[in-house]
Amino acid sequence: MQTRLTINGTPHDLDADARTSLLDALRNHLDLTGTKKGCDHGQCGACTVIVNGRRINACLTLACMHDGDEITTIEGLGQPGNLSPLQAAFVKHDGFQCGYCTPGQICSATAMLQEVKDGWPSHVSGNLTGAMDLTDAEIGERMSGNLCRCAAYPNIVDAIRDAAEVKA
Amino acid sequence: MKSFDYIRATDTGHASAEAAEGAVIIAGGTNLLDLMKLEVMTPDALVDITRLDLKQIAATDDGGLRIGTLVTNADLAAHMTVRTDYPMLSQALLAGASGQLRNKATTGGNLLQRTRCYYFYDTATPCNKRAPGTGCAAMEGATRLHAILGGSDQCIATHPSDMAVAMRALDAVVEIEASTGETRHVPLSDFYLLPGDTPQIETVLRRGDLITAVILPAPAQGVQSYTKVRDRASYAFAMVSVAGRIAMDGDRIGQASIAFGGIAPQPWRDADAEAALVGQPATRETFARAADILLADAKPAKDNAFKVPLTRRTLIATLTDLCGKAAS
Ligand SMILES: Cc1cc2nc3c(=O)[nH]c(=O)nc-3n(C[C@H](O)[C@H](O)[C@H](O)COP(=O)(O)OP(=O)(O)OC[C@H]3O[C@@H](n4cnc5c(N)ncnc54)[C@H](O)[C@@H]3O)c2cc1C
Ligand code: SF4
Ligand code: FES
Ligand code: FES
Repeated sequence: MQTRLTINGTPHDLDADARTSLLDALRNHLDLTGTKKGCDHGQCGACTVIVNGRRINACLTLACMHDGDEITTIEGLGQPGNLSPLQAAFVKHDGFQCGYCTPGQICSATAMLQEVKDGWPSHVSGNLTGAMDLTDAEIGERMSGNLCRCAAYPNIVDAIRDAAEVKA
Repeated sequence: MKSFDYIRATDTGHASAEAAEGAVIIAGGTNLLDLMKLEVMTPDALVDITRLDLKQIAATDDGGLRIGTLVTNADLAAHMTVRTDYPMLSQALLAGASGQLRNKATTGGNLLQRTRCYYFYDTATPCNKRAPGTGCAAMEGATRLHAILGGSDQCIATHPSDMAVAMRALDAVVEIEASTGETRHVPLSDFYLLPGDTPQIETVLRRGDLITAVILPAPAQGVQSYTKVRDRASYAFAMVSVAGRIAMDGDRIGQASIAFGGIAPQPWRDADAEAALVGQPATRETFARAADILLADAKPAKDNAFKVPLTRRTLIATLTDLCGKAAS
């Protein structure tokens, strides 16, 4: 299967079996190992990447279905010395212990803050159409697709709140 | 995962022709790939419909809404007409899965996610749905998640969708294109089949059928809500959920439409329970009578007897809230 993926702005031509998940394509074929594999079944969020502006689980989609798509991984959000606001906030607030879930948390939070900006309500929003404050309950609900085995949740929420305030 | 041929559909006719030949349709892939990884589903060919022009949400001539099958759960929940005119649908979608999954999950795929239980995923156990005739591991096993209504002695799995429950209460209609090119419309009330002796057959769809859209009728009167009770506050399937709409007629209930999730092999609705509400005062006695009717035939399994009182309480709480809001 020939597939063209634009990853972090660079086009890549992938030649892989149709069974290859987007996650395995990134990690095993393109050597972009920042994106992590936890459950491989859409349950943990470690594999979260941003495709055409939306966060998705890279483990539950086929690379060949993304021919022509624009993909952003943790490597594309920022690099040492040039961290994205969320990456810097995770360092500042110690938003991890082992760090395994962190790339997924940061990719997820990056796209989540855009969803908030676009006015998307969540399950805990008081109403579906009014203004919404990014409370800790909102952050927790909107990030519930990202599990942290080390339970660094309080610091993850602090980091996201901080980055959101800087952005706003 | 077993290997398969990958076909990218160029139009709806191509997709349904390939499906008629035996290819399995893939949309968001979040249910199908999950099952293919475990070799619970082993298609020889996949036909990818994600490039088809089925992503629109558009007003219908009679004031309803036509939702293209490829509209994602995230986009549908955020759509302003859905938020204002069909709020229980936005609420149901937002109560389901995670932000990442909702960005991938599609309208048709959500309706067609398999009615299932954990034994269905475990190829080492008997399961009449996965391997017809082998038996049902749940009958002797853990049954916390299973159905209390509508099951059979062959299968007691629940349909896990939140979206479908709201659509059932909203009287949605499924638009289907067959491989002959013919389009037909099936009300969601007739779309799902109870397990009976053939739990592997879950809907009225025939080989080669492609869902192209779901159509909602014009917004109905009254107030509506979706309430989901689950083991965690987020990112868990429903133990019980209630999609409800109530319109008052003076101090009596004028209209009631109530659907339930988490308790049956399909989004559940009980016309007798609804009829017991209409024309009655909005009192706890009225609500309790509706719950009695709904649950009269409940048949809990070993571990899920709690769903009977839980459904009752969730229904009464939902009706109390909706009637209060509808009256004010
Ligand atoms: C970890 C996890 C948690 C979840 N939690 C919830 C939850 O809380 N609530 C909830 O409601 N759901 C939940 N889900 C399920 C999720 O909503 C479904 O997986 C999703 O909606 C399926 O949509 P899809 O487009 O990805 O379907 P796919 O996986 O692409 O397809 C599913 C089925 O539908 C068929 N199909 C798809 N589109 C069409 C079409 N147009 N015509 C004919 N056939 C078609 C496919 O052949 C396949 O059999 C969860 C899933 C996961 C993995
Ligand atoms: S309840 Fe249904 S899906 Fe679950 S093991 Fe029994 S037959 Fe299979
Ligand atoms: S690895 Fe994709 S969600 Fe866990
Ligand atoms: S930091 Fe270890 S899993 Fe989250």
